[in-house]
Amino acid sequence: MINYFTSHFDTLRLEFWPLLVGGLASGFIYAMVAIGYTLVYGVLRLINFAHSEIFMSGGFASYFVIRAVIGTSQPSGLESILLIGLGVVSGGAAGALVAVLVERVAYRPLRRRKAPALAYLISAIGASYFLFNLAGKEFGRYLYAYPTIFVNHPVFTIFGAGVQMYYVVVAIAGVIMLITLDRVVAKSKLGRSVRAVAQDAETASLMGVNIDRTIVVTFLIGGALGGAAAFLYGITSGVIYTMGFTPALKAFTAAVLGGIGNIRGAVLGGLLLGVVESLSVAFVQGSYIDVAAFTVLVLVLLFRPTGILGERLGRSA
Amino acid sequence: MLQVTNAVVRYGSITALHGISFNVEAGEIVTLLGANGAGKTTTLRMLSGLHAPTEGSIVFEGNDVTLTKAHQFTGLGISHVPEGRRIFPQMTVEENLEMGAFGRRGPIAEDMEKMYETFPILKDRRKQMGGNLSGGEQQMLAIARALMGRPRLLLLDEPSMGLAPMIAETIFRIIGEIRDSGTTVFLVEQNAAQALRLADRGYVMENGRIVFGDTAANLLIDERVRAVYLGEEV
Repeated sequence: MINYFTSHFDTLRLEFWPLLVGGLASGFIYAMVAIGYTLVYGVLRLINFAHSEIFMSGGFASYFVIRAVIGTSQPSGLESILLIGLGVVSGGAAGALVAVLVERVAYRPLRRRKAPALAYLISAIGASYFLFNLAGKEFGRYLYAYPTIFVNHPVFTIFGAGVQMYYVVVAIAGVIMLITLDRVVAKSKLGRSVRAVAQDAETASLMGVNIDRTIVVTFLIGGALGGAAAFLYGITSGVIYTMGFTPALKAFTAAVLGGIGNIRGAVLGGLLLGVVESLSVAFVQGSYIDVAAFTVLVLVLLFRPTGILGERLGRSA
Repeated sequence: MLQVTNAVVRYGSITALHGISFNVEAGEIVTLLGANGAGKTTTLRMLSGLHAPTEGSIVFEGNDVTLTKAHQFTGLGISHVPEGRRIFPQMTVEENLEMGAFGRRGPIAEDMEKMYETFPILKDRRKQMGGNLSGGEQQMLAIARALMGRPRLLLLDEPSMGLAPMIAETIFRIIGEIRDSGTTVFLVEQNAAQALRLADRGYVMENGRIVFGDTAANLLIDERVRAVYLGEEV
């Protein structure tokens, strides 16, 4: 027994930095997707179960755009940076577009008729099945790998662990998008309207906030972040019609872990989940990392049922 | 300024307002009296687009606003201080005030200074969360927030509810000042005596109907009003 732990802690000690870097990279991706869940929950008190397919749409859109632009060339240097920007923007645009369509087709008609919460759930599952089967039919039920966008060599080392270009790209893109979002929500008029609707929609409308438009904005922002995250995810994992399922489930977990409705909670939950998953590889086989992730969720919720930061709807800080 | 004609409001199969008619002229304080459930709050909600009437019309400053949506009312010059104050609990006092000016263009800094002059306590609390204020402070914030929209007509729903008598007194004094500075006030209030002393005119509502209306001075000596709303033996 003691042997078991010493040997595994040895693995953890030796592999700690590379595992941490990998964990943070998936954490950023979870965080970006988790924000889509948390924003929509904030204004509508519903979980957008079609978010996984919004993610998938971003993956396919950026894949097709990148493939068309690259052709058979070998990008390097500035070209690589522009391609990453293009991937983020095209994935984000597709994610935003599909998210807004889902809101318009699957949710708004129900809202008009004041449907019960269960109807939204069914509608969301329907939208989700429709979208991934549509993608499977149109694009084929197999994995597409991205062409090479950049050379994935180690950029620098921390404590002897080489940090590869991919991790740097994900971290930079993630940090830029998350900080921008945080500032927009805290300081801009648009962000204030989202927070006002989350805290008290009817009073927000008395202040002049157009609730319908604000709801569209939250779907748009969440969809854009999710679609952009799908591009970052697809660089290593490829693109397939079912690609949304697992990352979106993890991101939903991250949102609950941090405190649903709470933007900073979603980021914290995402990073924590990514790191825990990654470090768990030192103790269990790779195929058990999902078990580790959900064990953490259950443990956190046992002690803090509203998540780490709590359910602070529409709070700026 | 405001004419309501035969307005009917229904919640599903229940009729809350059975064709009410009344008017408010510029510069007045008009109060609406009535028991709980008489339809006072519904009337205010109708006047800010939260419940569109199914029949009848609402005309404000010559424009038909019967089917105008709630979020368009502040832009037209009508601000609503809702029942229970409804402060945004997780926004600071300052952010709450900024929300009040959401529906209009133009600078807000000077308006905010004016609010801090009228309500000095809000200046002291301006970085605190709205949810952490006392009831009286929240009521002041709710009124200040509505004034940030520079309304020409201010709708007030039970501004003294749940407040200590001294605080309520302050709120009534401020409502008088708001009218004196040129904003017309439509006031729904449980405290009929105080409301009538402040108001120019009043209407009495029962079961979703306006049963009569008169000047506030006449209502104060009206036997029906004294018996039912002022709690006096006649």
